Amino acid sequence: MVPARAGDAQAPGRLNKQMAVSTIPANVAGTFSTMGARRLFVFGGIALIAVGMFFGEIFAVFLLRQNGGQTGQALLAAAEAVAAQDPSAAKKAFAQIGDLLEDRGTKVDTHVHMVDAGYLALLLALIQPYLALSAASKKLLAKLFLIGGGVLPVGIFLIHYVGLAYSPIPVIGWASILADSAGAMLIIVLIGQIWGFWNYCRRKYASPTEPELPRERSWERRMLLSGGTVLVLLGFLHGAWYAGVSLYEHENREMVILKDLLNQSASHDTAYSVQAYGMLQAEKAVDIAAHSHVIEFGLLAILLSFVQPFVFLTQTWRRRWVMVLLAGSLTLPIFVLLELKFGLIAGGIADMGGLMVVVALIGMLCGVLRYAGRLDAESGVI
Amino acid sequence: MRTADRILIFGGIALALFGMLYGLYYAIFAEHQALDKIGGSLATAFVEAADRDSEKSEDALSTYRQTKYNYVRKVDVHSHWIGLAMLMIVLGVVFDEVVFGERVRLVIALAMLAGSVLFPLGVILQTTRAVSLASTLAIAGSGLVILAMAATAVGLMRQSA
Repeated sequence: MVPARAGDAQAPGRLNKQMAVSTIPANVAGTFSTMGARRLFVFGGIALIAVGMFFGEIFAVFLLRQNGGQTGQALLAAAEAVAAQDPSAAKKAFAQIGDLLEDRGTKVDTHVHMVDAGYLALLLALIQPYLALSAASKKLLAKLFLIGGGVLPVGIFLIHYVGLAYSPIPVIGWASILADSAGAMLIIVLIGQIWGFWNYCRRKYASPTEPELPRERSWERRMLLSGGTVLVLLGFLHGAWYAGVSLYEHENREMVILKDLLNQSASHDTAYSVQAYGMLQAEKAVDIAAHSHVIEFGLLAILLSFVQPFVFLTQTWRRRWVMVLLAGSLTLPIFVLLELKFGLIAGGIADMGGLMVVVALIGMLCGVLRYAGRLDAESGVI
Repeated sequence: MRTADRILIFGGIALALFGMLYGLYYAIFAEHQALDKIGGSLATAFVEAADRDSEKSEDALSTYRQTKYNYVRKVDVHSHWIGLAMLMIVLGVVFDEVVFGERVRLVIALAMLAGSVLFPLGVILQTTRAVSLASTLAIAGSGLVILAMAATAVGLMRQSA
């Protein structure tokens, strides 16, 4: 798979077709053995990220705003209960708020933990050559990691629905126990990885224990690496700005609004304070979402730069997916920040940005699957 | 693999492990209790206000403020330690493509490691009485991380040019 030179006079279509059907070089093939640890981590990692982001999209489009509206209504009901001097109604309203917040929180955590487990899987795929462990041990750890990475978000998702039913512990339900067990499994895998790396560093192995990832100098790799680094840096700068300018101001404003809400309840003047509280929550949410998403997309772009040699697609399509991914990675955080000014239009564009990242990921995953199939066919495994 | 690369990869794995252990400890022993306290104190503030007991209402609101202040920072520490650790590991793998002399690369790696440890540490110390020291640590740590990341971006772009 020799990349086209800048001045290559060959017809691009013919060259691309040629690239798509060419034989996989032996040095690249050796880094992606059949169902080896690295292949499991790459497949599982991209799949976890794609599913986690798709879940986040569904949540943002169909549940997030509705949940926020219901929470505002419940807070209004609590304030009205205060005005009516009805403590039981206030308790009931807060039980509803607690339920709504748990519903929202567990879904956000499901999204975050699934995507982060995917990132970690891709990361671990990178460091496999530097682990002084047997191939069987690496494969076992990879399987355990993917099981843990899959079960953890499922457990978190179920917390809201299972609650404390049949639980032996008063404050922790079965779904939490499932999630915590999966988290413990991930920790065990990481301990195994760090042990392997420690042995490698102590020079028990003079050279990498398996072929290192091919370092191609392709356009796709450079774009993902540079673009990803810039995205992470932008996220850091935004985070520093948020911590310095907004964090404490938001915390103080929340207390002022809540005090106003409690005082105004006696005079039945609550709608303004509830609206102000809702706006404050929205301000916090968009700042935090923009900060975390731009950094995570940057990290994803850097990680995917390593996977590019395994994306068995034509050069045109490889570049297309890279551009779609980077454009989506920038679109989502920018339009999330603009959501407060431009409302649902900006929100819709932000959701489209997220969808672009998911589509690009699925496109790359298809390329990796094609690569694995081709490799196995050439080596006679299938 | 050179020293700077090892610092980033080994430090990153250790930091991720530490961040996860902290998260597991917090999830099992503290998070549920903190969430109950946050929800309970805010509800109490409204219930007492409905009973026209402003003193108890303000006490409950104060508890809500303090508990939420601590909760936000403890959860942030967990996510930032792990996030920065992952970034360090990724940078460790790609660090040989950062075009600077070995000494500068070593300084960048050490700055990244120190910043990644100190920034969340400063944030969690904000929940103690040493708020000034904690804020100084957090600002210094985040500054180190931003500088290290900017230097890495420049190094990668020099390679890319």
